[in-house]
Amino acid sequence: MNAPLIGARIQRKEDYRFLTGAGQYTDDISLPNQAHAAFVRSPHAHAVIKKINVEKAKKAPGVLAVYTGADLAAAKVGGLPCGWLITDVNGQPMKEPPHPCLAQGKVRYVGDHVAVVVAATAEQARDAAEQVEVDYEVLLAVVDAAKARAKGASALHDIAPDNTCYVWALGDKAKVDEAFAKAAHVTRLDFVNNRLVPNAIEPRAAIGVYSRADEGYTLYVANQNPHVERLLMTAFVLGLPEHKVRVVAPDVGGGFGSKIYLYAEDVVVTWAARQLNRPVRWTAERSESFLSDAHGRDHVTTAELALDNNGKFLAMRVKTTANLGAYLSTFASCIPTILYATLLAGQYTTPAIYCEVTAVFTNTAPVDAYRGAGRPEATYVVERLVETAARELKIDPADLRRRNFIRNFPYQTPVALQYDTGNYEATLDAALQLGDVENFSSRKEESRKRGKLRGIGYAAYIEACGIAPSAVAGSLGARAGLFEAGEIRVHPTGSVTVFTGSHSHGQGHETSFAQVVADRLGIPIENVDIVHGDTSKVLFGMGTYGSRSIAVGGTAIVKALDKIIAKGKKIAAHLLEASESDIEYDRGEFKVAGTDRKKMFGEIAFAAYVPHNYPHDKLEPGLNENAFYDPSNFTFPAGSYVCEVEVDRDTGQVTIERFTAVDDFGKIINPMIVEGQVHGGLAQGIGQALTEGCHYDESGQLVTGSLMDYCLPRAGDVPSFKIDTRETPCTHNPLGVKGCGEAGAIGAPAAVMNAITDALGVKDLPMPATPQTVWRSLQQKAA
Amino acid sequence: MYAFEYHRPSSSKEALDLAAKKSEGKFLAGGQSLVQAMKLRLSSPSDLIDLGSVSELKNLKVEGNTVLVGAMVRHAEVAASPAVQKAIPALAALAGMIGDRQVRHMGTIGGSLANSDPAADYPAAVLGLGATISTHKRKIEADKFFKGLYETALEPGELITQVSFPAPKRAAYMKFKNPASRFALVGVFVADFGGNVRVAVTGAGACAFRQPDMEKALAAKFAPESVANIKVKSDGLNNDLHASPEYRAHLITVMAKRAVEAALK
Repeated sequence: MNAPLIGARIQRKEDYRFLTGAGQYTDDISLPNQAHAAFVRSPHAHAVIKKINVEKAKKAPGVLAVYTGADLAAAKVGGLPCGWLITDVNGQPMKEPPHPCLAQGKVRYVGDHVAVVVAATAEQARDAAEQVEVDYEVLLAVVDAAKARAKGASALHDIAPDNTCYVWALGDKAKVDEAFAKAAHVTRLDFVNNRLVPNAIEPRAAIGVYSRADEGYTLYVANQNPHVERLLMTAFVLGLPEHKVRVVAPDVGGGFGSKIYLYAEDVVVTWAARQLNRPVRWTAERSESFLSDAHGRDHVTTAELALDNNGKFLAMRVKTTANLGAYLSTFASCIPTILYATLLAGQYTTPAIYCEVTAVFTNTAPVDAYRGAGRPEATYVVERLVETAARELKIDPADLRRRNFIRNFPYQTPVALQYDTGNYEATLDAALQLGDVENFSSRKEESRKRGKLRGIGYAAYIEACGIAPSAVAGSLGARAGLFEAGEIRVHPTGSVTVFTGSHSHGQGHETSFAQVVADRLGIPIENVDIVHGDTSKVLFGMGTYGSRSIAVGGTAIVKALDKIIAKGKKIAAHLLEASESDIEYDRGEFKVAGTDRKKMFGEIAFAAYVPHNYPHDKLEPGLNENAFYDPSNFTFPAGSYVCEVEVDRDTGQVTIERFTAVDDFGKIINPMIVEGQVHGGLAQGIGQALTEGCHYDESGQLVTGSLMDYCLPRAGDVPSFKIDTRETPCTHNPLGVKGCGEAGAIGAPAAVMNAITDALGVKDLPMPATPQTVWRSLQQKAA
Repeated sequence: MYAFEYHRPSSSKEALDLAAKKSEGKFLAGGQSLVQAMKLRLSSPSDLIDLGSVSELKNLKVEGNTVLVGAMVRHAEVAASPAVQKAIPALAALAGMIGDRQVRHMGTIGGSLANSDPAADYPAAVLGLGATISTHKRKIEADKFFKGLYETALEPGELITQVSFPAPKRAAYMKFKNPASRFALVGVFVADFGGNVRVAVTGAGACAFRQPDMEKALAAKFAPESVANIKVKSDGLNNDLHASPEYRAHLITVMAKRAVEAALK
């Protein structure tokens, strides 16, 4: 009766709200008697706090309170926890230095939280914050990951005198060394994976509320996973009973990872609200976002690939130093390890891989997951190596990939993961065709005639989405579960409210999840609403990160739907006086198999809530089910990208002439939303390759502290993408879905840099490939 | 932003009287630099004297061979003016390249020149065309206007009223944008007045400056090859994350050559 909704290009239910300015972001929430917080931040990258004088600030107009680290310590407010314990090569736990919400005796990066002023207005709070006098003894700073362990480098934390959080390794070193010893060819690259600043359009924001009436707290916060935020804040930092704290993440304007974490500001406004018995709010200014949002990437890597005479990969050896910044952010420790080294097999049958990661503390903002989180770094290593090897061996880069593709599934990699399914040849073939690679040489010739250099580059990425299962993640150090929860509440007239633990901050869940539910139940999509982002409404949730929402959150909803249909069948069997086993559910109708006797979904819902004629001896009334889903494995989206660039030799300006992306995301729920995700991911990946680079000077001052210096890609910097998909359904979830949120950002940097190095005829070039960087490379080549 | 008093005079005289009384005050033109600095608490004038209602500063006209732009004329008006497009197409094109659409509809020529941002576009046109800057008390030649980083010949309280541009035989502006801010990393304005050629550079130094070697070579022969091999010295040029002095020096030659090519089209 209804056309299938799964796979349909349905316009987003949330568009009207967002496009007409009717969204409700944290900063839009205005509460009676609210006060405003302003944070005093360290102007120094590394300093001892000798004295803080708050007297002048306390007397400033409108000021309600000024708190420092001493006040939080006296109130026994704890530090921010890290959610993943990494065990080092010697079996020792990683170094976990205290991460205070307001500095305790020392500051460790520019922007570190020193004190907070709460005042009646935001301007009064800022004015008074300037009156807080802090006496610093400035220490030498260490900024560069590569220099953090050097002799004489200033130590950030007593617990880690060599600035080392851990040295961790994965893989069989002996086997790898043996393979390298007998290799016909070794390709080696040294590179930096540049540090990025996330820059969601909506800056971070938080409002803490306390009610004396019920001794309850509410935190409104721009966050990607409100239940995790609540768990971490209550259990580890404030010691509050979880049931007395409600966390609401309302409309959130982008996260890209940066809003997964529990931040100091969230804790401080919640705590201060109780002290002052009035709501305390804070919204970051863009300058604060640059300084204090968790940054991404920042790896220094040496990577080697061993090949035999036929271009078969024999082994890969990778040594990475990962910059964690000044403190451990919530999931910082697992990004350059569990989400990085495990991806180094890529799409290939490389039999032996060894990766060693040294994670260091530096006087920079904390680094954590940013769109892709470890996987772009891994893909960059693999795909830059493969392309470089192809050039060195004079083998067509597509052909070299084909010679090494994994073709038999399931496939156990030498770096812990087991891929369930994939068809890498299919996406590569499609990308070559869609990108018209065949005629590249004539386009190159045409560019040459105009005095331009043209280059082509490939990247064939693999991604692991929906970290799972919980038991395995737990054995690897995860301190949280990795399931998702969903609840289906069928109303008496047959409309449905769905509660999901996933969180949408731009992904369009309110539409794609509604498509799944409406399709499965065979009811109009208008009859389905999705609710997320409020711990008082949603039973539980792990939130949205790692492209997990449809694969894990969507599956939890499907499991709950199965229970709804199962119960509905029991009710229908009673009403139709048939055996339960004879009832079939088909697109909105419960039918007695082989007859025309049926009940509509709405009739069954009504019967469940008006249970006059009802099997009370066997069933409870009502139609409301929930499910928790803990996946048995990751999902493994993969794809092939082809990038073509043109370089202006005179200026070094790179333009992307063509970008082709063919992805395998398994089953697709809404192709339009998926295309939007791919476009955004590609833009961010291109941004990393061409324009974005976070830069601190040697003293630890953030040079790229505003959009005047930190260059986000603009619409004009990216071409009109050519994109397509191929489909191998995921084998272990009922929807066959894999996830699509990060793919573009994972595959694009390597494709772009492979294209630029091809155009320039150089082995390597640092990211971002700004005009100056490209010009310098051309100068060096000419010299 | 710190608190300040806001004034909205309706004539230059009223504005100047206010400025005389408010020594810590500032004129507000389009507010595209000043307001940003105030929001970041880098600037804290006691008073803002908004020139937005001073209609005598808003005239834009072409008289004979001269384009007259009132101090409060917005960039978008210059860019879209058929009269300017006809008289000095390069000036209209430059105005259309400043900032983004929002900036062009707020920002004014007077504000841009008084601020003298080292990477602003207008200084290249003013210097390249040898414009004259009129204030409420005198006329200042372009060659004597730009003094250094954010520094001009303007005295405290002096108000720019109009800029007059002589129309050249041909001219063009080429801008290589800072990838992040889209200000000029290097911008070169070339104007040929028939035998007399002016070449002005913005973005590369503390303030806009002329390039005499190139002017001489182009006066002899107005062709791209006249400048293509002129090596510009990097001494004293700006150095930042986006461009070293050497890269800027190189870009001056590239942009000058391209400007000549464009002027000849």
